[in-house]
Amino acid sequence: MRAFVIAVFGFLYLPIVLVVLFSFNAGQHASEFTGFSVQWYGKALANPFLVEALKNSLFIATTSAVLAALFGTAAALGLARVGARTRAVFDGLLGAAIVVPGVVIGISTLVALVQLFSIVNPFLAEIWPGDQPPKLALGYGSIIAAHGLFSMALVAMIVGTRLGSLDRNLVEASSDLYATPLTTFRSIVLPQIMPAVVAGFLLAFTFSFDDFIIAFFVAGAQTTLPIYVFASIRRGVTPEINAIATIVLMASVLLVVLAQWQLRQRKPSN
Amino acid sequence: MSAGIGAVSMHGNRFRHNFLTALLLAPATLWLVVFLVLPFIAIAVFSVGERAPEGGYQAAFTLAQYANLPARATAFWNTMVLAPAGALACLIVAYPVAYYLALRAPARWRLILLALIVIPFWTSLLMRTYAWMYILGGRGIPALLAYVGIEDLRLINTPGAVLLGIVYGYLPLMILPIYVSLERLDRRLLEASADLGATPLSTFLGVTLKLSLPGVMTGFSLVMILLLGEYLIPTLLGGGKVFFIGNALVDLFLQSRNWPFGSAIAITLVLVSVVVLIAANRISTRVSGARRVDLI
Repeated sequence: MRAFVIAVFGFLYLPIVLVVLFSFNAGQHASEFTGFSVQWYGKALANPFLVEALKNSLFIATTSAVLAALFGTAAALGLARVGARTRAVFDGLLGAAIVVPGVVIGISTLVALVQLFSIVNPFLAEIWPGDQPPKLALGYGSIIAAHGLFSMALVAMIVGTRLGSLDRNLVEASSDLYATPLTTFRSIVLPQIMPAVVAGFLLAFTFSFDDFIIAFFVAGAQTTLPIYVFASIRRGVTPEINAIATIVLMASVLLVVLAQWQLRQRKPSN
Repeated sequence: MSAGIGAVSMHGNRFRHNFLTALLLAPATLWLVVFLVLPFIAIAVFSVGERAPEGGYQAAFTLAQYANLPARATAFWNTMVLAPAGALACLIVAYPVAYYLALRAPARWRLILLALIVIPFWTSLLMRTYAWMYILGGRGIPALLAYVGIEDLRLINTPGAVLLGIVYGYLPLMILPIYVSLERLDRRLLEASADLGATPLSTFLGVTLKLSLPGVMTGFSLVMILLLGEYLIPTLLGGGKVFFIGNALVDLFLQSRNWPFGSAIAITLVLVSVVVLIAANRISTRVSGARRVDLI
């Protein structure tokens, strides 16, 4: 059984190692390694379309993860204060936001937003005093909103789990000692849930940065890094894509390791 | 403190309590309603509508879109065969790994090994699928095999390649819930079973496998549901020859712009997912009596 488990770990990591290895290949061809070179990284970073897509992805991932961390944490705190029935409704909706396949989330958001814009835009044009009325369209906003849906549900789940294991005695002790609810929250609850919030933020960022299928539907005229890479892959496999893939994989690995490390932190030292 | 003052401050507190709760839940509620509930209603409405001549939506109340589902029978067939097959293949590979991690691995290695399982799940599926495109493509394994005399072997753009990509992509999601249910298993039950003369095999079948069934069903249903909507793996490793429902949806929404028909397919997909979830839940409740296993 040990041999089998080792083989599975090899199966999981070998393809990634190969992609990374060949991103440093001096030659054009994928079949033979002709020498060490970082030229493909230089080529990738000199490509203005790619850099633009990377910037878009960083902006979208940061914004959606910040919003998800704030609203998801607030939701988890709120859900700890409501009755079982309200809680069940929210748990069901949050669960749906996580489990529904990305392709369905993408499609339904696309349909709903296009429909909404077709109502709102003529109305805006009507009431706008100037010549150039603002026109709502798919783009940054719609990607952030659709990514935020999954991410917020994820943060609410992770923080909720942490809240559930919170030591109630500490909270009671704090209020028995005449701390205001705000003080209790700041000095007891917040330090204990903070690792979960940070982990949720990191996973939300990773999700948004890596997502292809939702953004594919709701991006409108915008390009994210996965959309750009997908289009390049369909044109043909090149070492340049290996270089991009290496950067993206390493960035996600770093973030996930950080998130795991945060979640494993038992109690803050002070 | 007199009863009167207590009552007044209680009243004020309750109002403040409720107000704060509502405030905390407001953003999440708004988001869930606007970006989950309303969009779902929108595609439900579209799915009973008609296609406008220029390719949009025209209000109607007809089941014609649903009657038209057989037009995409190949996509449904491929998905309905490869999604359960993929989930089953994941399960066969995942179970021994989860078993080893939960019951056999040295304690100090356990968390590190578990982290090594989780990390690929959170790294880009696109990039990981690309890695296999690279390996199975003409200059990868086929080129290596040509050295030893096996010529013209086609690996990429076959159902086998898609299945391999599925196992690779979703293995972590299958291992995690099984690991959780095995880790919670009461070891004394295993000892009791052995003490009572059960063979290792019957202990495994009667105790271990049975008690880990909720984890198995959680993993199986999650992987299967996500596979029902999979697009990247069949597109990159199936090369347009292995067509999934996800491919049909991308085509209908982004290329041929038949939104009502696409919506009907999406609604069908969601209904199938719900059936899978309920069935999985039923099976695990019936066999082990346990309610469910939390993910992560």
